[in-house]
Amino acid sequence: MSQVADPGNATDADGAAGSAGSSGGGSGLELRALTKEFANFTAVKSIDLDVPAGAFFALLGPSGCGKTTTLRMVAGLETPTSGTITLAGQDITFAKPYRRPVNTVFQSYALFPHLDIFENVAFGLRRRKKSDVDQQVNEMLELVELSSQARKKPTQLSGGQQQRVALARALVNHPEVLLLDEPLGALDLKLRRSMQVELKRIQTDVGLTFIHVTHDQEEAMTMADTIAVMNAGVIEQMGAPEELYENPRTTFVANFLGQTNLIEGKITGRSGDQIAVDMHGIGVSVNANRAHTDGGEGWVGIRPEKVLIGDEGESLDAPGNTIPGGVVSDVSFTGVSTTYLVRMPWGQELVVFEQNTGRRKLFRTGDKVELSWRPEYAFLLDRSQDASAGAQTN
Amino acid sequence: MSALRWVRTNLVLILGLLVLAYTFVPIAIVILMSFNEPDSRLIYKFDGFTLDNWLNPCADPGMCEAVARSIEIGLLTTVVATILGTLMAFALVRYEFSGRSSTNLLIFLPMATPEIVMGSSLLALFVAAGFGGSLGFGTILIAHIMFCISFVVVTVRARLAGMSDTLEQAAADLYATPSQTFWRVTFPLVFPGILGAALLAFSLSFDDFIVTNLNAGTTTTFPLYVWGVAQRGVPMQVNVVGTLMFVISIAIVLGGEARNRARTRALREPAAMDMPPPVTAPRS
Amino acid sequence: MRKHGKVGYLLLIPGMIWLILFFVIPFYSLVATSLYDPNGSVFAGYEMTWEFSNYVHALEDYWQPLLRSFLYAGLATLFCLVLGYVLAYAIAFKAGRWKNLMLVLVIAPFFTSFLVRTLSWKLILADDGLIVNTLQFLHILSQDGRLLATPVAVIAGLTYNFLPFMVLPLFASIDKIDHRLIEAGGDLYASPFVGFWKVTWPLSLPGVVSGTLLTFIPAAGDYINAELLGSPQQRMVGNVIQNLFTDANNYPAAGALSVILMAIIVVMVLFYVRRAGTEELL
Repeated sequence: MSQVADPGNATDADGAAGSAGSSGGGSGLELRALTKEFANFTAVKSIDLDVPAGAFFALLGPSGCGKTTTLRMVAGLETPTSGTITLAGQDITFAKPYRRPVNTVFQSYALFPHLDIFENVAFGLRRRKKSDVDQQVNEMLELVELSSQARKKPTQLSGGQQQRVALARALVNHPEVLLLDEPLGALDLKLRRSMQVELKRIQTDVGLTFIHVTHDQEEAMTMADTIAVMNAGVIEQMGAPEELYENPRTTFVANFLGQTNLIEGKITGRSGDQIAVDMHGIGVSVNANRAHTDGGEGWVGIRPEKVLIGDEGESLDAPGNTIPGGVVSDVSFTGVSTTYLVRMPWGQELVVFEQNTGRRKLFRTGDKVELSWRPEYAFLLDRSQDASAGAQTN
Repeated sequence: MSALRWVRTNLVLILGLLVLAYTFVPIAIVILMSFNEPDSRLIYKFDGFTLDNWLNPCADPGMCEAVARSIEIGLLTTVVATILGTLMAFALVRYEFSGRSSTNLLIFLPMATPEIVMGSSLLALFVAAGFGGSLGFGTILIAHIMFCISFVVVTVRARLAGMSDTLEQAAADLYATPSQTFWRVTFPLVFPGILGAALLAFSLSFDDFIVTNLNAGTTTTFPLYVWGVAQRGVPMQVNVVGTLMFVISIAIVLGGEARNRARTRALREPAAMDMPPPVTAPRS
Repeated sequence: MRKHGKVGYLLLIPGMIWLILFFVIPFYSLVATSLYDPNGSVFAGYEMTWEFSNYVHALEDYWQPLLRSFLYAGLATLFCLVLGYVLAYAIAFKAGRWKNLMLVLVIAPFFTSFLVRTLSWKLILADDGLIVNTLQFLHILSQDGRLLATPVAVIAGLTYNFLPFMVLPLFASIDKIDHRLIEAGGDLYASPFVGFWKVTWPLSLPGVVSGTLLTFIPAAGDYINAELLGSPQQRMVGNVIQNLFTDANNYPAAGALSVILMAIIVVMVLFYVRRAGTEELL
């Protein structure tokens, strides 16, 4: 199944599109039928991927899904079993890592402990026998705000500082593609948040193609122009964050990005651009372009924040999609919003987020309620897929 | 705190220090005896103080010759054993090959075999091969290299195993060819282990007696010399050599420690609070 | 992730050849030598006659030094265990920032020659030395009792010389013990002594096993301490083997005795490790 990334918002406002260092080759990275088999399992199963030059691209998925293996194959640290990798028109599938215009920011940073910060950053330049090493290194250290630490050794820096050195060390070489392997994993929450913004800023400033591997869906959605969700070696869906979130094509994507309600339904009719579904006796409709199944049954998906909750009989802003008979079974007030668990007549508990605007009343456990949603927010997924696939267990 | 309670709380530490003191008493004696002027060669006790032994270290014939021989053998052993052992350590840690457990066993066995058995078997080999009459420098060297290899492998392997190979991957990612990766990343980081292994090999070789005694022929190393004079009367210069060995080794070890501490102290500054980079200021 | 290919073998081969040539093959020579006709000599050459009687004679003639060696080595190992455990425990738990320094001090005595420091023991245990005089004063020793040329001196020498081989593995093992486990023991009503016996000791067993092996095995084959500090009554099997080679020139007997020594050690070690292994699992 071939997936082509949406153009997204790759070029930034300043117009500094395209990578600063590549000489016009910016036709991006192409993976075709890329496969990696190990002795007892297949990590990556024939994936196709196009990453346009200058994009901030995220490879998102749970641990073991193959995203890091894919990244390592692009870096040259892992040899593909079959398939091709093409960068800026050149086939680099089997090229050695030191011959690829690709650099990596490692999860553990991998800073050379016996060299100081300056030499760490200068390492790649020196191997390529560049002439103005000092100047380039100093500029890069300024960019990541570590000029004053240039002569220290990595062990003397904090985690966040080490992470910035790792970034500088890779960036200074102006690669065609910069690979980031869960670089923010070891940082605490606050630092991670600010580094996310910082990385995005650097990427738009410098204009390089970034491929960021992460298991944190919030991180991916915050930073990336395009996300590819991977699961068990295949790409489930690829596109802009909003597209993946609002219109997921598989239960895995629906559950992995944020939360979702999935309700069984039988398809009763297709007319034009609407699909009618019988959901436990209640008729709802789903837009045809948000239906991703051909079968007679499906999962009706609706995000918790799109579900409206009200007293029995109260008229809600959702023509034709009212689901009566719910009983509130749990209430969690989290300040910004309230999370309700509502038990429906068919036994399922649906999740509802209501933003704390102050204008709505707070329901209590045991209250009888009605739910509804605007039909254009619902999506329809293949019934044969696992409804709990991708759900994050806390 | 009462005296008794103080003793009870610190009992283990006191005992530990006592044991430590116990190990040092013989050393103190060695140092002391190096200043001894014995009344009789045969009775080993302290009679009078003199600097003579230090001023004329080579007074006794054969001793300095033996020391020189030991140093020669020690240096050659160190070079060969360190090279062979380091290569093996690299193979064990960084490469895939079959027969790993047999290899590990073969490396472990020399460290666990009694010296008398190792010495006997080597002698048996040399005799069977027809070298029974030409035992000497060569056979000693062969024996020393043999039992030092295992110690070198274990020492270098420990150091190498502690070094994640992600660093080598990072070097390759940063355009270093395999040769550059080795010389600029791997080797500098393994070197302290190799150096430690070399020092270990030298001291094992210098001080070896049992294996050497069986395979030395007429060649004399320092331990063999001491053994020889132990019955006839020990010259005090032997203690001079003993003291020197001790002082030099301590100096090397403490010197290395001091150098490490000085280096980290000089570069240490309070690690800056992890401050998130300012997000608001726009770059022009 | 290990690299594949032939390079691994190439790196291994030089060292392996050396070890095979000069460690493995000599064992065959040793066994072969032990089966020669004892009527030959080094000069005239030996004849291979599959003389298994060499083994019988060796055991008949030298079972006493053999047994004595295991006894002395066993006692020395025991003393080393007690002293070494105290030392390792002190360094691991009570030394704080002096840890490295104390470790250096443990091995420091071994920076001087084995023989020279054993000679020092001759002085310490001399007939008119401080220790003997004190013991005579306390009537532990009779008025003309000596320490030199007694088993006490030999065992004391063995204990002294092999102490670091016990301390270092013990320390490595004890140091790894998570202090929180001991705290948990205290939290669960264990007194310090019980806590030690039920928590610390079992967790330090791997170190105990390697320490005892690394001490016992070389001690069993040692003869320097016996020669310098003992008399012919304290002869250990190492002395016998050495003398059979150099003085008596009886290579087959020496070989047989060496093989016997090695075989007993191997059997003891296997038995010991297996038993200690199952204890560890418990």
